[in-house]
Formats: sequence, C-alpha cells, structure tokens
Amino acid sequence: MSEAVKTRSAPVQGEGRELVRAYRIMLLARVLEEKLAALYRAGRIKGGVFLGRGQEALSVSVGIHLRKGDIFAPLIRDQAGRMAFGDTVLDTLRTYLGSALGSMRGRDGNIHRGRPREGYYAMISHLGAMLPLVAGGLLARRFRGESGVVGATCIGDGGTSTGAFHEGLNAAAVEKLPLVVVVANNQFAYSTPTSRQYACADLVDRAAGYGVAGHKVDGTDFLECMRVVGGAIAAARSGNGPQLIVADLLRLVGHGEHDDAKYVSEELKTSHLGRDCLVVAGEQLLEAGVVTAEELKVWRDEAQEEVDDTAARVMREPEPDPADEEWRAISSEFLEDFRG
Amino acid sequence: MNVTYLEAIRRAQEKALADDPRVFIYGQDVGAFGGAFKATKGLAEKFPGRVLDATLSEDAIVGIAIGAAIEGARPIVEMQFADFSTCGLNQIVNQAATLYYRTGVSCPIVVRLPSGGTAGGGPFHSQSMEALYAHYPGTIVLTPATVEDAYSMLLAAVEIEDPVLFCEHKFLYNHLKADALPTDALPIGKARIARPGRDATIVTYSAMLHESLAAAKELAGDGFEVEVVDLRSVKPLDTDTVLASVARTGRLLCVSEAWPWGGVCAEVVARVTAEGFGLLDAPPQRLNAKDTPIPYHPALWGTHRPTATAIADATRRLLEI
Repeated sequence: MSEAVKTRSAPVQGEGRELVRAYRIMLLARVLEEKLAALYRAGRIKGGVFLGRGQEALSVSVGIHLRKGDIFAPLIRDQAGRMAFGDTVLDTLRTYLGSALGSMRGRDGNIHRGRPREGYYAMISHLGAMLPLVAGGLLARRFRGESGVVGATCIGDGGTSTGAFHEGLNAAAVEKLPLVVVVANNQFAYSTPTSRQYACADLVDRAAGYGVAGHKVDGTDFLECMRVVGGAIAAARSGNGPQLIVADLLRLVGHGEHDDAKYVSEELKTSHLGRDCLVVAGEQLLEAGVVTAEELKVWRDEAQEEVDDTAARVMREPEPDPADEEWRAISSEFLEDFRG
Repeated sequence: MNVTYLEAIRRAQEKALADDPRVFIYGQDVGAFGGAFKATKGLAEKFPGRVLDATLSEDAIVGIAIGAAIEGARPIVEMQFADFSTCGLNQIVNQAATLYYRTGVSCPIVVRLPSGGTAGGGPFHSQSMEALYAHYPGTIVLTPATVEDAYSMLLAAVEIEDPVLFCEHKFLYNHLKADALPTDALPIGKARIARPGRDATIVTYSAMLHESLAAAKELAGDGFEVEVVDLRSVKPLDTDTVLASVARTGRLLCVSEAWPWGGVCAEVVARVTAEGFGLLDAPPQRLNAKDTPIPYHPALWGTHRPTATAIADATRRLLEI
C-alpha cells in the first residue's frame, strides 16, 4: 500500500452513506466492464469496447454530485459516472450487445448512448464537441430563468488539444456558465504520451488562461476525487462560473479492448499513477470504518449476479430489423427528401 | 413600402423573436452592432438578452445552439459568412444532423449562411455551401431567391424541428426589392415556376434565378419560350415539379453558382435522367461556377460564376441539340 492511501485525506463521518453509494457504483461499473471485455473476447459485442478501468473514482465523483435536472455529457471511460447519473446496467448491455430495445435502438453503439431529454447527452466521437453542447444547454436553462443547474462533461488529455475544447471552454467562461470540465489525464491519447500532447507544465495551468477556476486532484485517490470534484460542482452550482478539474491517473486498459497497450511502461504501471482506484477506495472505506471486508465481498458478488443475469436477458432480446427500421434522419416527415 | 431581401431577413427574425419566446439569435457581431450585414440591426435593443454576440468560435457557436435546442430553445445562428461555417462543420453535420436519428430528439436550429459571390469578395467570402450540407443526412437546406421567400422561408425555418441551413445570398441583400412583405407563401419543399415556357427548362435557385430569368427574357427575343424553375429549397428537392416541367419542354439545363462536382445540378440531372429519361429530347445539361477557388478580381469573378449571357448561350446550345 502506498503512503498516500495511509494518509487520511477527508473526514468520512456523515458522508459515509454517499461514499458507500459511490463505491458500489464504481464496483458495479468495474464488474460490468469486466463482463463487457469477456463478451468482446467471445465475439458477442457489436463494435468496439472502451473501458474506464482505473478512472472509476474520478468518474463516479462527477456523476454522483450531479442532480436530476443537471446536464451530463460523459465520454468513453465514464461507465461509473454514467450509472451515478442514472444510466443502468441494462441499457449499457443493450447498447453494447446491439439490442433493439436499447436507448439507441441499434442506431449507435457502446459509449455513444444517452437520453438527451433527461440531460444525459450522447457523445459523438469527435473529441471536445460536447463542451459547447453542454454550454448551450446551460445557456438555454439560464434563458428559462433556472438557477442552481450544473452541466458537466468529461474529456481526456488528448481531447484538450482540440479546437472544440478551447472554443467551448472559452465561450462558457465568457458567458460565466456553470460548466464543469473534468479532464482525466490518463497519460495516453490512444498511444500518444502526454509529452507529445502538450507543452505546459500542467494542464490545470490552462484554467488561468481561460479565466476559470482550476482544480487538481489525484485521480487514483477516491476520497480526494469525491472531495475535489464535489467542491468544484458545488462552486459551479453557486454561481462561480466554469470549473476545470484535472485528475492525474493511468488508464489501466488499452484504448479499447483491441489494444494491448504495450506502449505503457512497467515503470509507469508500478508508479503511484498506476494504483487501482477501486482497491484504493475499498481500503479507504475500510480504514474509515464505514464498511467491512465482508460487505465489500458481498457487494462484488451482488454486482456480478446483476451483471450476469442482465447480460443473459439482453442476449435473448431481438436485434434491430432493417425491414422495420424507419430510414429517416429528420423528424419532419413532410420534409423528407430521399425515401429509404 | 420598399423592402430589400436583407430587410426581409431582418424583419423575419424580428417577428420570430416577437412571436416565440424560445427564439434567440447567436453569432459574431449580431448584438448592438447589428451584424456584419446589418441583418440583426436594432434587434438586440428591442429584445434584450436574446441577441447575443458570440466569441469568434464557429464550432462553439453551433455547438451551443445545438445544446440550447436540446433544452427547448429555438436558436438562430448567424455565420458571418457561409464560408466560415466550415469551422463549425463538425457540429453541424456530426452533431446537429445526427441527433434525431441517433437519439430520437430533434434539433431545431437555424444556421443562416450569408452565401454566394459579390464583386471583390474573393475565395473566402463568396462560397455557396448548399451541396456540402445537403450531402449529409439530417439537414434541411433552403435557398431563397426572392424577397418574399427570404422572409417567409426564414419564418418557416424557425418552426421546423430539424436543423436548417438557410443559404441567403449576399448579392441579393440590397439589389433585390419588393413592394411589401408577403402574407402567405408556398410550403417549404415546393419549387415554383418562376417563368412559364415550352421549349426548354432551366432549373435554378438563389441568385442564379435572376440571371436565368434575364437569359430567358433575352431568348424570348429570339422566339424561344424558356421555362424557369426556382427550386427554393435544395433539400428537400422538389423532383416532381422539375419532372413536370421537363415533361412540357423535353430539355433541361440546371444552373448553379456553386461548384460542379457532386452539386445540386448533378443531383437534379441524375434524378431527371433516372426518373424522366423518356421525357428528354436532348441530353440534360448543367452550368456551374468554374472548378477553381472563387477569384477576387471582379473581371475574373464575373466569368467564374454563370451570368445571364453564359446561361443564354448554354440554353441556345441545348436548343440546338
């Protein structure tokens, strides 16, 4: 165990229930993703699988501090944050396995899922593109006179190099919108190391350039993630404008399950950044005395059962039928041009 | 009253803001300054907080409009020039245009594109982008050619639940005038016979309508009656009206100020050939801008784009086949 884990970083009395809820969502996300990886190897997944192993503590900290009525645009390694915001094991599996009953109905897959009407925006693959979207959603809420609303979106170190990231954060800062941008600096954009991604000392230094608040957090430290992300979201909610959070951590998987990530050195894997945040979280909760070792085991078994049962159910569900598909890209039927 | 095409666009936005509290306008310099072309003149003052100056960020401008639309707003985006919309292309074609199909949530944004050439405009302030946007599924692409259509189609665009690219032509802004704003209009998606004829059909839209009408007038002096069809919208494209005209004339020339490759003319010719081959007495023809960037000097620009003279010449050749 590393020293940082031994250092108690936040009091847990009174927050115990929320920490336990966050931990159980992380655990469920981990177990679900292990299942997705197994299904991928078995050839059961339609398309790719992109996992958030090692990023659950950061991700869950975002989702759990958002409320119903907030806006959330997660990215590809946010299974934990998605479920904290209301996404389910069922819809995740339906989307990955290509069930016609999933929220995307086979029209889009894996991490490209959402329910925009519920504030849960469905990402596109073009990184940075969700920042302006969330900013726009918040602008519309402001027009309607709503206050106390927060919009959050997640991105990686690679995504910070896009024009859309810059444009979106700058525009949100000009409008002083309650936008929280969470950067998981997981050391690699696919295979590209951070040394080939940015030249500043630390990505959080950019906050000053945008005129927004910056927060730095150890992404492997569950309690710190909960504290720092929770604080940033609260600051946005109380009218302090955009918040930029940069978390240092390591992607403990390949870019996708097709990627063996040979380019990640042993040195990095065994460094502080390579700690497994789920293990750290369990240890922190045990140390704080809010859970027992037996509970941690039971919860994992329960998560496994839920995931296995749901996967078995979804695998019996129908696939989308091209003959029944309404091949129309616009909602205004009377303006349809080509007829499928 | 004397209303210009530009004033019609301003008045349509004024009416949309007045009629629907969900409408807001977002774009560079659209606020107190009133827009680079003055299409939003006076609107920020009349509708405080609803006509917002945007950062110089086309991607963010469109992205913000999309997010606002998801939350129930009806944004009208002004691109300062259609040419700059390529900096917002990703949000338009990958976000706005895919949203309904992917999620079932429609995306009612209007992106106004001050389009087309003017003398001295040059390569980056003259482009016609309609074919580019029409290529992508999930878009509506409108190309008004008259003051009446500029007004009524922009008002209709705001009510459409899907992303609308509103290609308004800068050359027409102050050149084109009408006595009054219209009180009724053809529905979106219907083409219009701008001039009836029996010898050949010219299918066109936007500023090229007026060049084509001038060409038809010139040809009338030679005894030819040329029918001119104004498409009004390129997507949806009113193939029925085009085919009905070709059925009357047997000859087709499609005219566009945009580049030839994969353009609106190519699409019209393809549809007429596929669906109306038997109606044709001669091979269908098209006339586009030249396949080069749009030149700056008026002497070059005047030849780069089709003109009434070029259209009349092309029509004569078609009539001789």
